[in-house]
Amino acid sequence: MAELMGQNPGSMGSESARHVVWSKNGVPLERDELSRLPPLSFQRACSELCASGGRLSALCALPARSPGVSEVLAVLADDARSRIGLLCMELPQTRSYPALTTALPQAQAFERELFEEHGIHPLGHPWLKPLRLHADLAPQSEGAGARARPHPFFEVAGPSIHEVAVGPVHAGIIEPGHFRFQCHGEIVRHLEIQLGYQHRGAASLFLQSSPARRLVVAESIAGDTAVGHALAYCKAIEALAGLEVPLYAQAVRGIALELERVANHVGDLGALCNDVGYLPGASWFGRLRGEFLNLLMELCGNRFGRSLLKPGGVRFGFTSEKRKAFLERLASAEDDLKEIAELAFDTPAICSRFEHTGVVTHEVAQALGLVGPCARASACDRDVRRDHPFGIYRFVHIPVALVDSGDVMARALVRWLETQRSITFLREQLTELPEVALSVDSAPLRPERIVVSMVEGWRGEVLHLATTSREGALAGYKIVDPSFHNWFGLAIALRGNQISDFPLCNKSFNLSYAGHDL
Amino acid sequence: MWRLLRARLRQGHQTTRGLPDRVALPPPFRGRPTLEASRCRDGCRACEQACPTNAITRAPLQIDLGACLFCTLCQEACPEQAIVYGTDHRLAVRARAHLLVSEGEARLAGALDRTMQRVLGHSLKLRQVSAGGCSGCEAELTATGNVVFDLSRFGIQFVASPRHADGLVITGPVTRNMERALRETYAAVPAPKIVVAVGACAIRGGPFAGAAASHDGIPEDIPVDLYVPGCPPHPLTILDGLLRLLGRVEGSAPSS
Repeated sequence: MAELMGQNPGSMGSESARHVVWSKNGVPLERDELSRLPPLSFQRACSELCASGGRLSALCALPARSPGVSEVLAVLADDARSRIGLLCMELPQTRSYPALTTALPQAQAFERELFEEHGIHPLGHPWLKPLRLHADLAPQSEGAGARARPHPFFEVAGPSIHEVAVGPVHAGIIEPGHFRFQCHGEIVRHLEIQLGYQHRGAASLFLQSSPARRLVVAESIAGDTAVGHALAYCKAIEALAGLEVPLYAQAVRGIALELERVANHVGDLGALCNDVGYLPGASWFGRLRGEFLNLLMELCGNRFGRSLLKPGGVRFGFTSEKRKAFLERLASAEDDLKEIAELAFDTPAICSRFEHTGVVTHEVAQALGLVGPCARASACDRDVRRDHPFGIYRFVHIPVALVDSGDVMARALVRWLETQRSITFLREQLTELPEVALSVDSAPLRPERIVVSMVEGWRGEVLHLATTSREGALAGYKIVDPSFHNWFGLAIALRGNQISDFPLCNKSFNLSYAGHDL
Repeated sequence: MWRLLRARLRQGHQTTRGLPDRVALPPPFRGRPTLEASRCRDGCRACEQACPTNAITRAPLQIDLGACLFCTLCQEACPEQAIVYGTDHRLAVRARAHLLVSEGEARLAGALDRTMQRVLGHSLKLRQVSAGGCSGCEAELTATGNVVFDLSRFGIQFVASPRHADGLVITGPVTRNMERALRETYAAVPAPKIVVAVGACAIRGGPFAGAAASHDGIPEDIPVDLYVPGCPPHPLTILDGLLRLLGRVEGSAPSS
């Protein structure tokens, strides 16, 4: 893919275009193809690429190939041209470099992660606070003891300012996280979100594990995105092993991914109704969410689609009776959904609470590099299924749902539009499912390769990045859940809103704590 | 208003009828496995090697349902169909040892003692703590409260504060970063109290057993009264376990 850069020089900054190596979703590169930049050129190239339509999909340390050499990799998605840019920085002996965050806010969490996990110091980072390791809570946390130091919360000063602290244990059945609000009366001036409570050590476990174990860990990165993460993992392994997945399996994977999307979007619509006291919506959307989970269960035996995928294909398929039954149930669920959605979006109480609440402007969403429905609700036109098509989405296109008001209503509407479009996709796929093999046999991984595997999960871009060693073993594995990009968006959305609207805003983002904490 | 009422009428009654042990889930739901050790070939360890969480031991053939993710890779690997997963969703037990299943009849959860039944039997308030749960178990616990499973019709409710609760429902492998919050929440529940472990992670670490930043499930000094295995357990499995604990469902006769 490296030759692609020569074909349109200057399209994404002439200086940086010389150093970036272009790849595509799920297409492996040889590691030798990456050229290593010194820190200043790396910083400039990242900024230039992001200023000309790119965005930072990942920033991570690469496994060392020779002692004493540390490399940092930036993965930059060029959505408009369906390509993924890889930029590599060679760290100096000091293991520090000028932070990207100062010019590129979307790098902030990635750079905190680099500092926390590898001791790589982004100089000038404005808020180099631990991301996952809590010095005060878990002094026995693995390694990195000195870097997991206590760090104060940001404080707003003033005579009428008060602070509200919530979590980690919340009132509902929900994952743990800590929220610190700086309020002036009812109005939130600043919200700081401290996560890390869910940090299980998934990334290091991944490398130590057997292939079968890796798959179940991938499915458990975020349990409501089991299909999304399993698919990203399988795609990475298939790319490294050179496997061609049968079309039938690709279609079944697409069906599972869209069922997962619809189930979660419908569940979120119910939860949003619940948070404004619209109980018919809460009950019916809640039940209908279960309908889609039940379809996944009837496909593979688990309501979250666990164990459906495996590298090389899928483990379960459709009989023609099952296909017919699915189509009938889909039609009936769609009717019920339309009825309740029309009622809900017509209800003044819903409109008045959803509109103008928790606004993220287009500019802020761009700067923070938001992904998924939260980005599309702020008119950021990005969707991995269209921009970096994979599997069945190379042949079938789902229109991207865009809304521009950036408020809770926009995030609800995007979910509702996507639900309808996914159901249309499901109907088409179930009607025309080709009958071929479920999977192909596995093969050894090719050595010295690097691959970026992206999937549009229901929350947005799920990214897995894998590298192999000279011996063809998995040497590095980086997982980026869409929540990692989006948590800061929630913090910004709250500014200037009433604290009582926090549950509603939180639900409209509905981010994964475990996916962030890994 | 009229549209709402019309829609309400059309939606009708959606709650599962009767007790959760009567509901039969369709195949390919992956529920309780049956084991036939007599079919095993000498020296064959295919199932053991296929299992991603080391839930299986051979000689005698045994599955630890506390570690099992019900992925059925062992069933696929077995050349003799010695392990077959069925659709029985009733899996909850009272003692950790009862999760070790081999041949023979399943042991299901029995009721709390009479005093505890008298105190909690008609109104059980639970506080949920996710300690590294991936949100799979949390989602199924939330689902027990929806109109289909409706656990509040049995007098069971999830409450907002441990001070209002009769017990904890714990999910996740218990991350080091959540250990203190979990212990403090447990201490905040007034006695007498119960603990329910939901999902493979809370019971034995699940997919995260051996992970650097978490424990392998609920620490031993927090006594567990009910184990609900699964990854995640079906809402009916959770409901069935809770009702057995309260003495509302008894016996192990197959669902009819």
